[in-house]
Amino acid sequence: MGMGTRARAIVGGGLAALSLALIAGCSSEPELVGQPTPNGLGLQPSASPLKVEATFFHDAILMPIITLICVLVAGLLLWIVIRYNKKSNPTPARWSHNTLIEVVWTVVPVLILVFISLFSFRLLFAYHDMPTPDLTVKATGNQWNWAYEYPDQGIAEYVSNMLPEDEARAQNVPYRLAADEPIVVPVGKTVRVLVTAADVIHAFALPAFGLKVDAVPGRVNETWFRADRTGVFYGQCSELCGVDHAFMPIQINVVTQAEFEAWVASRGGSMTPAAAPGGSAAQAAAGTEGEGARNVASDATGAAADAPAGQPPADTGAVDGSPSAGSAPAVPDTAAAPSAQ
Amino acid sequence: MATAAQNLAHDHDGHHDHKPGFFTRWFLSTNHKDIGMLYLMFAIFTGLVGGALSGLIRWELAEPGIQLFREGSIIQHLGIVEASKHGYNVTVTAHALIMVFFVVMPATMGGFANYFTPIMIGAPDMAFPRMNNISFWMLFFAFVLLVISLFVDGGPGRGFGGGWTAYPPLSTMGHTGPSFDLAIFSLHMAGASSILGAINFITTIFNMRAPGMTLHRMPLFAWGVLITAFLLLLSLPVLAGAITMLLADRNFGTSFFAPAGGGDPVMYQHLFWFFGHPEVYIMILPGFGMISHIVSTFSKKPIFGYLAMAYAMVAIGFIGFIVWAHHMYTVGMTIELRAYFVAATMIIAVPTGVKIFSWIATMWGGSISFKTPMLWAMGFIFLFTVGGVTGVVLANAGIDYSLHDTYYVVAHFHYVLSLGAVFSIFAGFYYWFEKMFGVKYNEFLGALHFWIMFVGVNVIFFPQHFLGLQGMPRRYIDYPEAYTLWNNVSSIGYAITLVGVVVFLVMLLEAAVRRRKGVDNPWGEGATTLEWTLSSPPPHHQFNELPVVKRDEH
Repeated sequence: MGMGTRARAIVGGGLAALSLALIAGCSSEPELVGQPTPNGLGLQPSASPLKVEATFFHDAILMPIITLICVLVAGLLLWIVIRYNKKSNPTPARWSHNTLIEVVWTVVPVLILVFISLFSFRLLFAYHDMPTPDLTVKATGNQWNWAYEYPDQGIAEYVSNMLPEDEARAQNVPYRLAADEPIVVPVGKTVRVLVTAADVIHAFALPAFGLKVDAVPGRVNETWFRADRTGVFYGQCSELCGVDHAFMPIQINVVTQAEFEAWVASRGGSMTPAAAPGGSAAQAAAGTEGEGARNVASDATGAAADAPAGQPPADTGAVDGSPSAGSAPAVPDTAAAPSAQ
Repeated sequence: MATAAQNLAHDHDGHHDHKPGFFTRWFLSTNHKDIGMLYLMFAIFTGLVGGALSGLIRWELAEPGIQLFREGSIIQHLGIVEASKHGYNVTVTAHALIMVFFVVMPATMGGFANYFTPIMIGAPDMAFPRMNNISFWMLFFAFVLLVISLFVDGGPGRGFGGGWTAYPPLSTMGHTGPSFDLAIFSLHMAGASSILGAINFITTIFNMRAPGMTLHRMPLFAWGVLITAFLLLLSLPVLAGAITMLLADRNFGTSFFAPAGGGDPVMYQHLFWFFGHPEVYIMILPGFGMISHIVSTFSKKPIFGYLAMAYAMVAIGFIGFIVWAHHMYTVGMTIELRAYFVAATMIIAVPTGVKIFSWIATMWGGSISFKTPMLWAMGFIFLFTVGGVTGVVLANAGIDYSLHDTYYVVAHFHYVLSLGAVFSIFAGFYYWFEKMFGVKYNEFLGALHFWIMFVGVNVIFFPQHFLGLQGMPRRYIDYPEAYTLWNNVSSIGYAITLVGVVVFLVMLLEAAVRRRKGVDNPWGEGATTLEWTLSSPPPHHQFNELPVVKRDEH
């Protein structure tokens, strides 16, 4: 086996060098932020702390481990081809047991998985532990566009469609990614996104922020991001939703606080809305998820639209703290009101 | 029919191996080998259909923009699917359903398992030969129903385009036409067919083993079939329940999955994946068994760690039932639930690793001849490893938020299924070719088929990892320009694979025309299971006197 190890090392080293050279050769162009890079190979560059952690987990922990495992298996197979073909080894061995090695190849993978899980759970809980949000945006998936609402700023729901091809080309923005009415958020602020759908299931996804959460009719899911730079960021619907599934992109414009305030004003909103009785406007908006399901609940059962959301533990747990039952505007958690600024 | 059966009985008294006439033999068959052959021919045919559908997908995605699924294109002239964006979704859906239910399952559990399980355990036939016949013909008509569903109104257009997962509300209020009802019936029938088959296998393996064939002496392929049969038996009723509730939601005004009536769309996903995850092991476990035999045969060495190999499959089957929601990290489950599914999912890598390393240890120290089945088997081991490690990546919810529903997932499951399960099927096909057909295949054509396919499928699916990491969502008819290069490469890979399929058909034709007489055991001392003690092809009724199995080198 000693010889085997040496050969493995040589083969493995060769393959690693080859793949590194390949990757280096392909990624000479600068990567774009907020959209896919032409011919890109890896994760899109991060523009939020969560995605930075996710990228570290993937690039620094997972990729080396899985590459090594593949190289190890390929190396072993190559060595078997070289050493144990019928010419090199005319007489086969007869053994079929080796307790030690069996214990090793059971325990070592367990240790590797435990090592991976340390980082995995840290990342999972980082996604879960949202800081106190500075801003809440509600996104509703429709066949086939997104509708956005800023309950705390009093900006009523507006619809965001994909920019038609001629306009996208004229404005020199990426066709099939650019939207006519983006989400606008201030840089460096924690933005909470409440996601639901009005007809079928969609998914709100934005790679640069590491976001992906399903928009499910009858429930409100929650995710969050904090953009670490200004710019334009694109995502796409990520759950099959019918004919125009590929044509309902998500665009988030990250701007400075001043620009954001100007945008809010231009939309007829206010940075300091009066608190609604019984809770902030955001709570009220989240509570009106029945509204999201209203197309489904078009008849007398409309009132029951609250019922699925009200199925207690699963749903409230899922959105974790964001009020999900229509009848619960008094949930006292949303200190989210930007009036705190 | 009664007369035919009586005549048959008389014939049998007179001539030991007289086969019934054509119609009786192939349409009323109760012989496990004939039914197995029917399943295999069926799987080859449906495989060509499913492969052609994936060709339409790759053709459309070769460059950005919509070239194929629009008015005036060749699709419209063909008329099989609608020339529209809906037609693309129908194609994707049909490709998946056909490949899962009508190609891989019939080939492994229908074809090889029917043909070789009774022989390997030293039984004269399956426990319920007539039920075996029903299983096949139900599957056949399930396929007919699915094909009909392509040609009737689905709602947004002709056919059902809601994906093989058929998530409501898209599959209920999003597809109001009768097409999906037909697809549901198709799945009902295919499911019932598989359940009957599973009952048959479990009964056969538990009750009809030859004297001395204890479970712990049973060949690993039979182990794989036994475990798969249990997975089928336990998971398919859940699917049947879920799609029946869909049927009721669609037609009878119930609201199991409609939020407006107090239902929950996510509940369907739980039910579906409680079936869907065992399903992926259903597709691969018989393959695991075949690979073990092939590796051992061509290394001229007994299987390394036989018991660990058998119980690794048991463990995979068991854990396969408790990891389903890793397909649903983004639906909004509680953090505790997500953490549990991360941990449980990663544990599957341990028994899978045991299998990979045991195959390598089987080869280690062997005297290997690299005949065609061995090439497929070694290809399987490497490609399944690649698909397995990306599975470990996806098991982590934290990174799954970036990769869920992207082409990374597509690459992952095609590496374990299209390159894993399908490679194991080809490995088994070449391994048993001479045994089943009684003629030899051409070794050069077999090896050529392997190498072209190996290159082709890797060129198709490896670049899809890049697309997924860059964020390209799956089930998209059109994509931003940045994804052009790797989609293009992927489509070129399809063309290469197509050449491989042509070589496969040429290989079949060549063997049929040249008819080189096969021998009982072409593989020599390494082939130790009972099928190699019979003639090629085996007599119409084998083991009229049961073989006695003695303790061997296990």
